[in-house]
Amino acid sequence: MARVLIGVNVLALAAAVYAAPAWAQALADFVGGAAFLEPLLLASLVLLYALAPLLARLSYWWGCAAVLALVSLLASVAYAVWPASVDPGAPGLARTVMLTAIVVTLVLGYLRLLVKAHSPALAEARLQALQARIRPHFLFNSLNAVLALIRRDPKRAERTLEDLADLFRTLMSDGRKFVRLADEISLLERYASIEQLRLGERLRVVWELDAAPPDALLPPLLLQPLLENAIYHGIEPGTGAGEVLVRIERRGGRVLARVENPYFPEHQHRAGNRMALANIGERLQLFFDAEARVETGVEGGRFVVQVELPYRSRETGRE
Amino acid sequence: MSELAVFIADDEAPARDRLRELLQDIAGELPSRVVGEAANGFEAIERVRDAGPQVVLLDIQMPGMGGLEVARHLAGLPQAPAVVFVTAHDRHAVEAFELNALDYLLKPVRAERLAAALRKAISTGATAAAPLARAAGQAREYLSAAERNRIQLVPLRDVIYFKAELKYVTLRTREREHLIEESLVALEREFSDKFVRIHRNCLVAKAAIRGFERAADEEDEPRWLVVLDGIEERLPVSRRQWPTVRDQAAEK
Repeated sequence: MARVLIGVNVLALAAAVYAAPAWAQALADFVGGAAFLEPLLLASLVLLYALAPLLARLSYWWGCAAVLALVSLLASVAYAVWPASVDPGAPGLARTVMLTAIVVTLVLGYLRLLVKAHSPALAEARLQALQARIRPHFLFNSLNAVLALIRRDPKRAERTLEDLADLFRTLMSDGRKFVRLADEISLLERYASIEQLRLGERLRVVWELDAAPPDALLPPLLLQPLLENAIYHGIEPGTGAGEVLVRIERRGGRVLARVENPYFPEHQHRAGNRMALANIGERLQLFFDAEARVETGVEGGRFVVQVELPYRSRETGRE
Repeated sequence: MSELAVFIADDEAPARDRLRELLQDIAGELPSRVVGEAANGFEAIERVRDAGPQVVLLDIQMPGMGGLEVARHLAGLPQAPAVVFVTAHDRHAVEAFELNALDYLLKPVRAERLAAALRKAISTGATAAAPLARAAGQAREYLSAAERNRIQLVPLRDVIYFKAELKYVTLRTREREHLIEESLVALEREFSDKFVRIHRNCLVAKAAIRGFERAADEEDEPRWLVVLDGIEERLPVSRRQWPTVRDQAAEK
């Protein structure tokens, strides 16, 4: 949606620059035109969003035709409401509708290209390549820890193997299907309990999950790599104890996940951290386009990763 | 047959427990005794000397100092132990071990493999420094200075200069001097990105060079002295090295 807004505005600016004799005139035309353009654009988007479930039932080309008709209709309504007398040089009704139609066609064409670039086969290949992978280091160390438990604490060894099984089941599941946040959180807890077994008192995980919306949908194993990174880069390099914070909350229409860990600048050369984060960023982009983001930073000697994504509680079609 | 003295270094307690269990399991054919344990690289260096093991089972990935560097410092001990590396997964390290004929075990460790590695360690004895340095493939972060029968670790970033004396190399930090048993040539090769040779007998940390001072000279030729951060002492630059030293100091 953001892309449509920006795209149309860029087009309007380009048109104004092309039509006007001078730069200053072009800018004035753009601003003047915006008074007409912006309400129309926003109204169109609202209308289309409201009608999206209906439009989705049509075939692709019928859908395009419907969108074109709807927006043109809106443009004529807007033209009737808008006092054309303010600007005698303004285009007539026919030209306004035609211009609108051209812009709509261009935007539809652009969106089609975008969808093609992310065509199912391509997107699937990219998703598979991006599918979160647990470090082999973690797997072998965990198995080793379980072996050490079998004789002295068989119950805990059993639990740990069950946790490992759950973790790998998710890992091998379909990475394209959304999961509920509650499930991702329980996975995080299982993962943390295995790490706890290996690292003992060196690892302290603080959970702040009271404001986490359990029904929020997100790509599977989106948050687990963040916790894995936090432990790998923030706890394992330290000889003493360290604290990892996991906070997940909903703020209006957004879900915010924050993971903090002690920061060891000299261990940043341990490759993989930036790759894992870039990987998460790319997966988010494939799922949510421009509506999700990942940010990292160092605050008060702690490394902080924050993921922000739209709160969705049921499967809706991707744009 | 006497008991084999074994030292275990691993940052994960369950991993240490597991190795101890396995040593018990194979005690029938290969009696051994755990003479000490460490949970990180520094502890290992501190304790191995007093514990006097014949074999050290050394995890590669440990906080503070990794197993590869620990092994290089242990190799400098008067009674250096044999080192058997243990790793969960580190393809690069494993390749380097293979290449340099160093013994290693993969986690989870099997009893038979452990027994074989220990037997081999008994027969070959102390692990030498050279293959360890080659396997590490990178410069150390610490230098070990022999001091009153223990190893004193000096962080490389604290070193201002190395100076070759008759038999030893003197290492200077802001606070004091240490003696190390290494050759200046080897040090120059290992730390070439951080140190520059200013004279036949001296390497200086590029980061510590504050500037240069012209020295009075009897032959009327200009001679230069390096002015250093944190210490008063000035060091002479040889004529031959002067252009290199000037360029490298300008680059830093």
